[in-house]
Amino acid sequence: MLETILGLAADNLLSPIILFFVLGLAAAMLRSDLSVPEAIAKGLSIYLLFAIGYKGGVAVSDHGIDATLLMTLTAGIVLSFVLPLIAFALLGVMTRLNRTDAAAVAGHYGSISIVTFVAATSILKSQGILSEGYMVAVAAAMEAPAILSALWLASRGGGNVADSSEREGLLREILLNGSIVLLVGSFLIGLVTGKEGLAEIESFIVAPFKGVLCLFLLDMGLVAGRGLRNSRGTLTAGLISFGIVMPVLSSLLGLAAGLLVGLSTGGVMLLMTLSASASYIAVPAAMRVALPQANPSVYLTMSLGVTFPFNLTLGIPLYLSLASFFGN
Amino acid sequence: METNTAKRVEIIIEAPMEERLTSALERAGVKGFTVLPVLGGTGRSGRWSREGQVSRAGGMVAVICIIREERLHDLLEAAFKVVKNHIGVVSVTDCQVLRAERF
Repeated sequence: MLETILGLAADNLLSPIILFFVLGLAAAMLRSDLSVPEAIAKGLSIYLLFAIGYKGGVAVSDHGIDATLLMTLTAGIVLSFVLPLIAFALLGVMTRLNRTDAAAVAGHYGSISIVTFVAATSILKSQGILSEGYMVAVAAAMEAPAILSALWLASRGGGNVADSSEREGLLREILLNGSIVLLVGSFLIGLVTGKEGLAEIESFIVAPFKGVLCLFLLDMGLVAGRGLRNSRGTLTAGLISFGIVMPVLSSLLGLAAGLLVGLSTGGVMLLMTLSASASYIAVPAAMRVALPQANPSVYLTMSLGVTFPFNLTLGIPLYLSLASFFGN
Repeated sequence: METNTAKRVEIIIEAPMEERLTSALERAGVKGFTVLPVLGGTGRSGRWSREGQVSRAGGMVAVICIIREERLHDLLEAAFKVVKNHIGVVSVTDCQVLRAERF
């Protein structure tokens, strides 16, 4: 199995998406002036969410909805609620973060990173492994519950959670944040329009997808590199270890849940990846509103600078090997 | 040309708080404000830049209001409730405006 993991990791490390991420990371660390303007970065992420959501919907319309859909959604939601509790306990052991910072970081590790998910689907495709199209919907469902767990963890110890005026509308913002609306909306449109609809827009959402993903990952590398460059004094050995141990631990829970639900090998791998990934879009914004005392440089650097690169380079091959080993 | 003294309030605040701040200003009776993007900077919470942001969480915006002096207290009260726990800067400066009836 170790050979399989190493082989997959080597293939993965030399794929264009990873190499563009590394280019961005290196450029930022070396203080190059290379940058992707905000509006373009936003445009790329809109494209990716639209394409992945739509293709997921088409896949479900093609294969039909089965009982495992509801069970997988439930498993995803439960994982998103529970993972922050485990992360919080682990942070207490491995780091010296205060309660508020630990709760905020824990929330990130219960939620998901859609780009890690996209990268995982891309690797599955290159290996010719099929997965359930509705995993996109599972990804959307796993974004928000972790935020509620994080707020509960912070408030339980008398932590300073935002007052009622700041919490006002927070739930609506979390559930209706642009990424979720676009992902779920595109999924539903894909579900309704099916293969005929896909044929009409295929040239726009299928062929250019990997190239756009490369550009987006170049930007992610730049953002991660800038975060790491400015993280002097923020990242301790304990935090870095947590950023690697936690995703592996979460992926094992995702593995157990995926096998229990009866997902295919590809589906199990995607649920592992979703469990292992840490949010850097929905949760940071929610934390800025609801837990303003939490230090953003800790959770953003952990999520983007440690866990995202780990998952992208070594995590995904590891999850695929484990899913293949234990799966059907 | 006749000019009139007014107060210019500039609030630089985290982007996720923009809507809450502008709503609070409207509730406090502020008739006009301008929201400006800001490129980047550094402060107590470290360096930040709006370039390549994958999330609004790390970005900031500037909200600028020009008002009559007698309304300054209400505006600052309303703004403070929103900004007190958040990263940002609130500054008040004197300025001169034309067409005072508009403020």
